[in-house]
Amino acid sequence: MNTKNPFWRGVIGLILLMLVLLWTIPTLGVFITSFRDSQDIYSSGWWTILPHKDWVKVDEFQLPDDTNPNEPVTIEGQTADFDQWRQGVLVSETRRLQWYGNKRSRKIEVFQEQWVGFGANLTFQNYKDVLSTGQVSYQDAQGNTIRRQGNNFTAAVLNSLAVSIPATVIPILIAAFAAYAFAWMEFPGRRPLFIMVVALLVVPLQIALIPILRDYTRWGLNGTFVSMWLAHTGFGLPLAVYLLYNYVSTLPRDIFESAYLDGATPFNTFVRLVLPLSIPALASFAIFQFLWVWNDYLVALVFLGDKHRVMTSALAAMVGEKGQDWHLLTSGAFLSMILPLTVFFALQRFFVRGLMAGSVKG
Amino acid sequence: MIQNLKPQYRYPLLIALLLFTVLYLGGGFRLSQNLQEQAVLLTLFAVFWGLSSVALLYIVLNAIAESLPRPLRRMAVALVFAGPAMALLIWALVLPTLRSLRLSFLDANGKEFVGLENFRFAFTDPIMIEAFGNNLLWMIFGTLFCVLGGLLIAVLADQNRYEKLIKSLIFMPMAISFVGAGVIWKFMYSYRGEGINIAEIGLLNALVVALGGEAQPWLLLPLWNNFFLIAIMVWLQTGYAMVIISSAIKAIPESLNEAARVDGANGVRIFASITVPSIMPTIVTVSTTILIFSLKLFDIVRVMTGGNFGTNVIANEFYLRQFTYGNSGQASAIAVVLLVVIIPVLAYNLHQFRGRKALK
Repeated sequence: MNTKNPFWRGVIGLILLMLVLLWTIPTLGVFITSFRDSQDIYSSGWWTILPHKDWVKVDEFQLPDDTNPNEPVTIEGQTADFDQWRQGVLVSETRRLQWYGNKRSRKIEVFQEQWVGFGANLTFQNYKDVLSTGQVSYQDAQGNTIRRQGNNFTAAVLNSLAVSIPATVIPILIAAFAAYAFAWMEFPGRRPLFIMVVALLVVPLQIALIPILRDYTRWGLNGTFVSMWLAHTGFGLPLAVYLLYNYVSTLPRDIFESAYLDGATPFNTFVRLVLPLSIPALASFAIFQFLWVWNDYLVALVFLGDKHRVMTSALAAMVGEKGQDWHLLTSGAFLSMILPLTVFFALQRFFVRGLMAGSVKG
Repeated sequence: MIQNLKPQYRYPLLIALLLFTVLYLGGGFRLSQNLQEQAVLLTLFAVFWGLSSVALLYIVLNAIAESLPRPLRRMAVALVFAGPAMALLIWALVLPTLRSLRLSFLDANGKEFVGLENFRFAFTDPIMIEAFGNNLLWMIFGTLFCVLGGLLIAVLADQNRYEKLIKSLIFMPMAISFVGAGVIWKFMYSYRGEGINIAEIGLLNALVVALGGEAQPWLLLPLWNNFFLIAIMVWLQTGYAMVIISSAIKAIPESLNEAARVDGANGVRIFASITVPSIMPTIVTVSTTILIFSLKLFDIVRVMTGGNFGTNVIANEFYLRQFTYGNSGQASAIAVVLLVVIIPVLAYNLHQFRGRKALK
């Protein structure tokens, strides 16, 4: 908003800053966490990699063996019972004592309040672990080693690529042919068929899942990449035909007529003229479809199941199996976001254009 | 090319091409089934084979169409161009709609006719009533916050020095999957619980504790947990509303605002009397899109709570009915309900389309 008043300018700036922080901090937190050492992840929040004042363990000592933990214990002039010592007791402004472990340990840890700088242990270990198929281990907050089966995200990345690339290109090609036919060819049923395309724009895909699944079961296509390509092509086609028709029908008539006079067949005209001229529209839809397919979970869950897990299903399965293994979840989540985020930031202009044209889609 | 050959060469060649295509499609599929162990190879092969198959199919079908005698040719070429798309649409969306409709009147296995039994379940079962209630929350509050948030940001950031950057960052979650967003927010809401010297590693609980409150298991709080889930959708979709609304605002002619300013209107007055009325159609479109979206919402609930703790929604119950209880009748009835709710929007789209001069 354009205002001259410096007070309102400041208020607006502040509101915008808050909103931008609210929108970026959650992702930033996952990004930072994915590079932190697992033991650090479980003992402190990710924001502690920023400089802050914290209690740092500087020393530890053993109480005499005859100390009775069931009675109040006096250490350095402070008397408190076991539970209080276990919580930690301030003996001076900057010195805190804390009982370590169970009653029998009789070990006291000394903490001092200090400024902590950017002293995080950054590592790629979480990424290695989440990509691996074998056994992986990590340290929890107490330093215990915990073993887990790796999540084989390597396979998930490959599967996602094998699903997404054809499921983006195939509908574009098929839709471009159809858009050209609707725009520049005469055939019976042209208008009713196009009305069908418009009607199908908002049909919820839930209505199609069960019948298509039955077909796939009959044809033995369940769990194959082909099943995903066909389904995503079918679900993406209404928008693709609609968008591309809107574009192709605005191309000047002259170019088709002169191509026809030169003896070009419709096929040649399409490949040599229409496709190259429609690149902006093709790109808009391509980004739209790629992000949709890459980020889709429902269709992959139904047709691929656990046979070829794509990124989203691998990540969702990991949330179910290891809901608190944040070192794996954060690195897995970030892996699944790298490609779409790159595509998004590189080609944002095209994406926005596709979004505008397609805001009727359900 | 092929159509210029003499008939005695042309037809055998076409038949050979057709045979080759069939072999290429079938053989490639068989080969991909045998490559299961080599993941990288399988991926490369699948992508190459999938794309080349479609290209080959069009080339061969077109060659056949163009070699037909002239009266048939035009029709056949149009069929090759529009046919595959129409066939796929009919197979993937039109027929399934009819088949789901039929299934919704059949029993769990799709065998016996059960009348309206599945719809009685869909409208009266306590599980469904809870899901409908939650979907209503999603549709009302999700849409409201997305659209108001998008409008607020679009207006405030308009002509700001950092407008591009701000909009880019708010828009960014659009590129993130719902499952990924689920992980991001599950981490925000994470709760470590009771215990000695446990540090909360979820930002929300850490903030609450720092402000002197008590950490909460946010996703387990009845009713409120729905709003914590809705917040995720708002985070994901506000950028969409913002982008569309922002471009509508920028389309308002500056002379209109200028005239109002000359007449002595202040910023608020201009917003209420010029901006809002001009962008109303856009707001309606955006709201409708997000409404449909929140009606079909599945992934967030599935990943965050699985529909437990009173957060179930219709699309999740659809999934559960089919894939957990194996009841295709009830699942189809739910899908039909989803479709019926959307029909007004569908009718509106068709009405709009008829108004256009396209395809006369």
